[in-house]
Amino acid sequence: MMDTTLRRARTAHRRRPLSPAQKRALRVAGWSALAVVAVLPVLWVLFFAPTTGKFATSFGSAVHDPKDFVITVLNGVTAAGLYFVVSSGFTLIFGLMRVVNMAHGAFFLLGGYVALTIQRRMVGGGGGFGLQSSQVNLTHWIVPTLAGTAVVAGSGLVMQQLFLRWTQGQDLRQALITIAISIILADQMLAHFGGVAEDIAWPRNFDTFTNIRVAGVVYTTTRLIILGIAVGIGVLLWLWLKRTRTGMVIRAGVDDRAMVSALGINIQLTFAIAFIVGSALAGLGGIIGGSFASLAPGVDANWLLYSLVVVIIGGMGSLGGAAIGALLLGLTTNFSAAYLPSNYTYYSIIFTFVLVAVVLAVRPLGLFGRPA
Amino acid sequence: MRITADRVVAALALLLAVLAPFYLSTYWVGQLLTQMLFLGIAAASLIFLSAYGGMVSLAQVSIYGIAGFVLGNATTNGNTKGLNLGWNPWWGVVVGIAFAVGMALLFGALANRSVGIYFLMITLTYSVIANLFFGQVTDVSGFGGISGIQAVGAIGSVDAHPFRLYYVALVVALLVYALLRYLVRTPFGLTLQGVRDDPVRMASLGYNVPLHRTIAFAFAGFIAAIGGVLFVWWNGHIDPASIDLGATIDLLVIAVVGGLYRLEGAWVGALFFVVINNYSQRISFIGPRFHTLIGAIFLVIVLVSPGGLVGLWERVVNLFSGRRRGPLDRKPVGLGQAEPSV
Repeated sequence: MMDTTLRRARTAHRRRPLSPAQKRALRVAGWSALAVVAVLPVLWVLFFAPTTGKFATSFGSAVHDPKDFVITVLNGVTAAGLYFVVSSGFTLIFGLMRVVNMAHGAFFLLGGYVALTIQRRMVGGGGGFGLQSSQVNLTHWIVPTLAGTAVVAGSGLVMQQLFLRWTQGQDLRQALITIAISIILADQMLAHFGGVAEDIAWPRNFDTFTNIRVAGVVYTTTRLIILGIAVGIGVLLWLWLKRTRTGMVIRAGVDDRAMVSALGINIQLTFAIAFIVGSALAGLGGIIGGSFASLAPGVDANWLLYSLVVVIIGGMGSLGGAAIGALLLGLTTNFSAAYLPSNYTYYSIIFTFVLVAVVLAVRPLGLFGRPA
Repeated sequence: MRITADRVVAALALLLAVLAPFYLSTYWVGQLLTQMLFLGIAAASLIFLSAYGGMVSLAQVSIYGIAGFVLGNATTNGNTKGLNLGWNPWWGVVVGIAFAVGMALLFGALANRSVGIYFLMITLTYSVIANLFFGQVTDVSGFGGISGIQAVGAIGSVDAHPFRLYYVALVVALLVYALLRYLVRTPFGLTLQGVRDDPVRMASLGYNVPLHRTIAFAFAGFIAAIGGVLFVWWNGHIDPASIDLGATIDLLVIAVVGGLYRLEGAWVGALFFVVINNYSQRISFIGPRFHTLIGAIFLVIVLVSPGGLVGLWERVVNLFSGRRRGPLDRKPVGLGQAEPSV
């Protein structure tokens, strides 16, 4: 009985194979459609964005207003820096251990809040409006940053050892466990730090403007510092993964965990290290994000989204993919916010979705993704 | 028909549900049980996808919200945010569900080559993006959301006639349950289970694996949209917070606590969730920390009983009946096994 139903279903879905010419035509059509989708927005930004009329944009085209174009590029690239810091931790953990750490956003927020608390203690007071940069020197920023990062790294290690170590290989269950932990963490942070948005103060010597000598742009120094930190972290991670023994073990573990442990390498130790580093990056991201924007309940969801989007675009477990994904996301969000017609700028979130959709349609595993 | 413990419990539960307005307070029926029914419908769509398609979706709340927002935009008439189209409430229902199913088709088509945690991640991005979309786009909702949404005339206001919506939701929930039970026995349902268990083999047998996943996802979207319609009828209001990450995770908690591999678990989990949500505030040391409590319960369930409360019940039944039952379609999908990657 079951056999006949199955066979009936099968014939219903059998298709005639396409001839090579048809396949080629389909592929050409697909790529041209994609090229149009990618090229049209670029042409719009460079040449066609108007400053008047129904579709007036705030700045007009790049040819018309190169200064704001450069600023938007810088905004996109510096935002990408922060996206990269946060999502590189996510992708490192995922690549090695196949753990989707849904608590990554909560770790981000935790790092920020710990640093905020320590900074306020160190400087003292701050009043109802929080601290001003003029009250904060470099030590008042670096010490909270290190402490916050360390606390989150420790929390990540505890979570991994208590809950994830013995559920290895059950990836969906592990994802559910991290979701449970993120619920608890988010609720406890709401209880301890309240629902009001707060921000960490930059040290006073960071809070300036830099003349970058391109198109007369004077740019916020803190955003350039974020970019610098991101590039530094990227280089360090790359050196660590490519040049050290631990890095080699991690790369080998990404490809074949069973073989690595069969060679007598302590893979559990490597897992713990990866989890510490991955969580630390989330915490560090939270501190930078809390200095650059703000910390509030709900921010964790946004940063979990950014991490997910970056690794979905770039390919899970790939560091280079995370960099490219972060860059695409940063540029997409900033350009869509700046170059959509002023009456429609709030539609910019759709472009994040379009970005994910286009990448998934072309490469389901992301730009640099490989089958597990 | 053999009498089994499951059937006795099902019949009793149905009887209790039908008679609920006669022995429970209006608050219990109008608030808690009605909520349980529509949350259960949305959770059933999640469990259907997970148990029979191997796809744990976090997008069900966003689809449920899309149906609700479209319904709200279509039927309200001034005095609130949104398009205020002022259509007939029945048209609102049709358009809301149609639009939600259309979005589900798109979402499903984009994610149809992924399963397991990849699918979880992709659908989570849909969910957060939908929340941000409705929060930012003031033309259709904005932060404050849409209020004053009326149910169709025959149901009327929930405050005036609390039992009407309850019975409507009960009938709809039973229909949804029956429909899902029927669907998984059709050729399509059987193929879907084949796709869940071994996509590579099914593909080499000539089945279109991505198409089956897309259709299953769109169908689950249809069920979730029905839940969304009942939600806005009950609540009269929908805002982005109704579909934020917290709400998304709440629905996942309901499905997991109920049991990710049996449809009945949806309503069991929903009842549990609604009752805990309502009564935990009275316990002094918990107070407003409901989410810490539910997170801890969720954690314990995931660690101890991956089959949820229904799984626990099955274990108890098996213990007393002394037999080990392992039918093919009762396998806790994904939990405890690495998914095949396609």
